[in-house]
Amino acid sequence: MAYKIIASQCTGCSACEPECPNVAIREKNGVFLIDPKKCTECIGHFDEAQCVAVCPVDDTCVIDTAYPRYQA
Amino acid sequence: MQEMIGNTAGHANHALGEMLDKIAEHKGCGTSGGSGKSSCGSSDGPSDMAPEVWEKVKNHPCYSEEAHHHYARMHVAVAPACNIQCNYCNRKYDCANESRPGVVSEKLTPEQAAKKVLAVASAIPQMTVLGIAGPGDALANPAKTFKTFELIQKTAPDIKLCLSTNGLALPDHVDTIKAFNVDHVTITINMIDPEVGQHIYPWVYYKNKRYTGIEAARILTERQMQGLEMLTAAGVLTKINSVMIPGINDKHLVDVNKAVKSRGAFLHNIMPLISAAEHGTVFGLNGQRGPTAQELKALQDSCEGEMNMMRHCRQCRADAVGLLGEDRSAEFTTEKIDAMGEVVYDAESRKTYQELVEAERVEKVAAKEAALQELDVTDVRIMIAVATKGHGRINEHFGHAHEFQIYEVGSFGAKFVGHRRVDLYCQGGFGDEDTLPSVVRAINDCHAVFVAKIGACPRDELKAAGIDPVDSYADEFIEESAILYFKEYFAKVCAREIEHQVRGDADIRQGAFTAAA
Repeated sequence: MAYKIIASQCTGCSACEPECPNVAIREKNGVFLIDPKKCTECIGHFDEAQCVAVCPVDDTCVIDTAYPRYQA
Repeated sequence: MQEMIGNTAGHANHALGEMLDKIAEHKGCGTSGGSGKSSCGSSDGPSDMAPEVWEKVKNHPCYSEEAHHHYARMHVAVAPACNIQCNYCNRKYDCANESRPGVVSEKLTPEQAAKKVLAVASAIPQMTVLGIAGPGDALANPAKTFKTFELIQKTAPDIKLCLSTNGLALPDHVDTIKAFNVDHVTITINMIDPEVGQHIYPWVYYKNKRYTGIEAARILTERQMQGLEMLTAAGVLTKINSVMIPGINDKHLVDVNKAVKSRGAFLHNIMPLISAAEHGTVFGLNGQRGPTAQELKALQDSCEGEMNMMRHCRQCRADAVGLLGEDRSAEFTTEKIDAMGEVVYDAESRKTYQELVEAERVEKVAAKEAALQELDVTDVRIMIAVATKGHGRINEHFGHAHEFQIYEVGSFGAKFVGHRRVDLYCQGGFGDEDTLPSVVRAINDCHAVFVAKIGACPRDELKAAGIDPVDSYADEFIEESAILYFKEYFAKVCAREIEHQVRGDADIRQGAFTAAA
């Protein structure tokens, strides 16, 4: 699986972008997107997903169940 | 890791102790103050502080109360990200008609910001200070913040740079701050005790981890104190902002005041909590109230013997433009700036204008000194609300005032002690009867209100409320007029023509100007 950002809740603050160890986050139309192909759920990098940890709005960076679990 | 932070801070503490004491003493910051005379932070001037410090603050509207009548600042919203969450903040952009920190209408790239600064500086020659205050945290966006400084330093080298931060990332950036000649840094410090802090900060993001509860507050306070000490050692002037939250940190802020003073902070700004439900903040939603005007002033007064208090803060937005009491940001939207083409920076006309301001400042001080002659010694003190649009003069009509500046006057002279935002009384040439009671409540602790002009109806209403409407000092200097009025007032009290009474409390208005500009 990968994380996704719920666009309607994203404030566009950009806090997540530089924290992503996989450079999987970019801005589009004022909000941020996670590239599911690059997202590793921070496994192997940190104990917790960085986008979740830094996001000012709860439940905005969430697991996208459309993708299979990431294998390290 | 906790311990490591603690040790570093402790070590710095020890090594810096002596230096900090010296600096605090050197600045003349209120160690022996407390005589009712406000020193460097909010006073008339150079006599209170070392020349090099005066040089740094004299044109900075936030660091000098006296300067805020003459000089303007602007914030550029290049720093949207934040690394902590505060219960008084809700990170949504573009809240209509809202004036509070953490809110902007549009965020800017460093390049857009640099162009905006040039455009504003050319249109507003008294704009002397460029600050980065969010809408997130300036130092949680170090690349954008410092890139903006770099661009502005190149194109407009006479503009002072300053930034404000929650302090979490501060120790990592002190060297860069120094390298960019940033003279002024504001740190928001609401507590020094994690027990208190856990009720203000739900979490902090530090070293790739989200911390909550007491641990979060402990990390934050340790980083804040370490950062403050480092800035003091580096010779950067610091202002400490504290949000007064009744029942949570109101009494504790006295300890905060002592802690920051002992670490060399230059100025302490205790602000009232802004917490309307429609802001969607935790405090707004759970009904946490802000302080009344009297509670705020009492706390500021009790800290004043310790150090300089800032009382002229308007808690402005992260994209504010203009004098502290006004907001001209709507004149300088990105759309308008983009349409301007190449902006040429006119340093010469700015210099000419600022020389005029300097001459006026000298005149103002002289007028005040003259008025102070033969002032009787008495415990009687009164409060006066003043309608002004700047230059330290009584030059605003009652009905056009968005705010009143509050002066306390006694045998010590006239001292600025605060300001009250109000709804515009006069709408389209007609007085609005509905807003008058709210204006009266906002200045209910005042004995008189000084205006350039006032209509018959509000004049009678104010009199009925026990507030003396005074237009005989129209266009005169505020402090001089306040002292002259006090002399007359005191003479009448002595002659038993009137009886002196302390007035009641007043409201601090929540929210922004609601009147159309």
